[in-house]
Amino acid sequence: MRLEPISAPTPARRIVPPVLALVATLVVTSVLVMIAGRAPGDVLRQIVIGAVGSKFALLETLNRTTPLIFTGLAVAVAFRAKLWNIGAEAQLYAGAVITVILGTGAMSAPSFVMLPVLAVAAFIAGALILLGPVILKTRLGVDEVVTTLLFNFIFLLFVSFLLEGPLKDPMGMGWPKSARMLPEGRLPRIFDGVRLHWGFGVALIAALVIWVMDAKSTLGFEMRAVGQNRDAARFAGIPVTSVMIKTAVISGGLAALAGFSEVSGLKGSLTLDLSPGFGYTGIVVAMLALLHPLGVVVAAFFVAAIFVGADSMSRAIGVPSYIADIMLASALLFMVLAILLTKFRVRRD
Amino acid sequence: MATTVQAPPALCLANITKRFGSVLANDDVSFDLNQGEVLALLGENGAGKTTLMNILFGQYTADTGSVSVFGETLPPGKPGAALRAGVGMVHQHFTLAANLSVWENIALGTQGIGSFVLRSGQVRAKIRDLSARFHLDVDPDARVSTLSVGEQQRVEILKALYRDARVLILDEPTAVLTPQEAQDLFATLRQAVEMGLSIIFISHKLHEVMALADRIAVLRHGRLVATRTRAETNPDELVSLMVGTAVDRHDYTPRTVGAPRLSLRNVSTPSTGTRFGLNNVSLTLHAGQIVGLAGVSGNGQAALSDVISGLITPSGGDIGIAGQGITEWSPRIALSHGIGRIPEDRHKTGTIADFDLTENAVLETYRDQFSRRGWIDWRGARAHAETLRETYDVRTSGVDSRIRLLSGGNMQKLILGRVLEQSPQIILANQPVRGLDIGAVTYVHRRLVEAAENGAAVLLISEDLDEVRKLSDVVHVISDGRLSPPIPRDDATPAVLGHWMAGNGFEGEVPHAS
Repeated sequence: MRLEPISAPTPARRIVPPVLALVATLVVTSVLVMIAGRAPGDVLRQIVIGAVGSKFALLETLNRTTPLIFTGLAVAVAFRAKLWNIGAEAQLYAGAVITVILGTGAMSAPSFVMLPVLAVAAFIAGALILLGPVILKTRLGVDEVVTTLLFNFIFLLFVSFLLEGPLKDPMGMGWPKSARMLPEGRLPRIFDGVRLHWGFGVALIAALVIWVMDAKSTLGFEMRAVGQNRDAARFAGIPVTSVMIKTAVISGGLAALAGFSEVSGLKGSLTLDLSPGFGYTGIVVAMLALLHPLGVVVAAFFVAAIFVGADSMSRAIGVPSYIADIMLASALLFMVLAILLTKFRVRRD
Repeated sequence: MATTVQAPPALCLANITKRFGSVLANDDVSFDLNQGEVLALLGENGAGKTTLMNILFGQYTADTGSVSVFGETLPPGKPGAALRAGVGMVHQHFTLAANLSVWENIALGTQGIGSFVLRSGQVRAKIRDLSARFHLDVDPDARVSTLSVGEQQRVEILKALYRDARVLILDEPTAVLTPQEAQDLFATLRQAVEMGLSIIFISHKLHEVMALADRIAVLRHGRLVATRTRAETNPDELVSLMVGTAVDRHDYTPRTVGAPRLSLRNVSTPSTGTRFGLNNVSLTLHAGQIVGLAGVSGNGQAALSDVISGLITPSGGDIGIAGQGITEWSPRIALSHGIGRIPEDRHKTGTIADFDLTENAVLETYRDQFSRRGWIDWRGARAHAETLRETYDVRTSGVDSRIRLLSGGNMQKLILGRVLEQSPQIILANQPVRGLDIGAVTYVHRRLVEAAENGAAVLLISEDLDEVRKLSDVVHVISDGRLSPPIPRDDATPAVLGHWMAGNGFEGEVPHAS
């Protein structure tokens, strides 16, 4: 058996595999649910209800969607240029740390000054975090998968140190937790009395900006060229190293905005559990979105809905919420397989 | 009945024809490999050697013809049949697992599924025995990643011998070796022949072929043009067989030669891995002139092309454009000085396969001509692509179709258009017609001649002597990274060029860089 590339896939070949992937995911989930002794229909219905079945549920899902859009975009931008940034988690925390440092008293300014400054500072912090691995890659050929991945653990320990030391809230009764953000440093809610904050709006704008940049700007063109064929890009006179560095700045910055948005919009302070792996889940989101910036919004919502829905289902029915991880993992695996089937056909010899 | 029974040939290829679209990769090729013989298969890139070997190993099915090994006909299109019949191949690029030991690599795939325990003792003993008999000195327990390239190649040969190969095919085996390692390899191969093996040696290096082969088969444009014994031939004849002699010279009108446009003075580049660098190369391209660069492939053409393209900066010597010395050098700088480049590999360096026609059309010019303040003017870019499509006869469903769907000829026409629409002062055309059908070849040639007539300085790099002689006003020959003096068109006979191509005449011509 071997795989044969398809030059021009038919519409059916584009649509059918992803649909099959979704079906396969549901089948795997259902089998596990049946093993757990529950009815798959009930469980799936409860997940949907828990995710989007009420205003409260929907807002909860949208809040969960926000950081995933940022990290998903960060990963998509990098992966499109074949820059394997696995370090969105560290970049997210870098953004969060800067937000907390500046937003808890280091500066004082009215909200309309403070918020942009926090966002820009977070963006720069995330960009700097990714710059190190990228320079190591372009100068010395060090594999960025390894450096960005391992740096996540180093940086998380550093955050832990900050929360036990310099950034520890003196009023925090000993918990490893930062002080509360000043009110001027908090992202306002989109609607009065509703928990959804403007981080979500910023995330949507970011997705639009990246989409337009990708399709219309010279930088987007260069990033796509470098990602698809580095040799041809170099031959055509595209400055490959400089494009990689610009890509890293945008990718790291976007991931850091997730940290800014979570601290400033949702939590109001920094703890070590700020992110339940948003940086890593961003990879799943980007892959499910086929690295398309607008697809990232949809995929982030889908992933957030599964997590939120599974939590609620677990409380209602008692199937452990780990089922969400399995659903995502199998959705990703089947999706990768489906992508393969849109590009290749299997031939028997 | 005859009283003497002649041994069947070790390998017999009979009337092999293989067509890919409009290209005849193999055209009625027949030859035998006698038992205990070294047969060299000589031919330029694209001559059909690789296709022939892929047919032998069942990767491709021939349109007509058959393959037999020791008198047994192989079933077509069955990979593995040749292997089982005792034919082993050593590829140019090794197929070893670097993190496994030598004996593990050799044993890999020889034991059936189900035998979970590798009988390492037996395997090692057999390898030691083979090493000793064939003088292939390798430690069976060494990790492949710690071995030199020469040693890795020995492992590949051992792998074939371990599988009881009686016919050994080596695809350009010396391309990756140092001269000393190559000598060792030849000693090994002679030993192997004495032990009764038959060998096919694929190469385009003439001195190696002359040193090792008993017989030489020459492929050109998919046809077997000649088979010679070593005694009855010489390197000069082989060159002319390989690259052709029949030249159509009629429609040549001398062009007015203008001012120098590009000059290289004593340019050197380091050799990297398997390819030659340049050794003190001096070359001047004049306006209105086509300069041909002939040479057996792999003698420094790629390095020269990369220097002129801006991809590599020479380690020594100067580049001058229109009389001005160049201090900084890159593809973008080369483009800004009016150098149009047609790269050797249109798939890998000339275009981006998943970009559409428009995006590929503006790949070199998007920044200067099709953007405003960081935004691309896609309307202008599309219009430009439409112009190229019409002017250069690129046949496609539209400027939105992806480049990978285009045929080689249409892809090349797009690249040609991208270059010529900029009215370049200097044109680098590296193998501009390789793999194209005859219509596209004529088209590309006509356009290059027109460009020269309009005053461009053209450098035509080609391994096809006919092409070089047909188009060029002046010819240089490159050999081992050294450049011959310019040879005027009328003096550039196959005999003269062949003499240079075989590496003669350079001694004392240019000082060797240390």
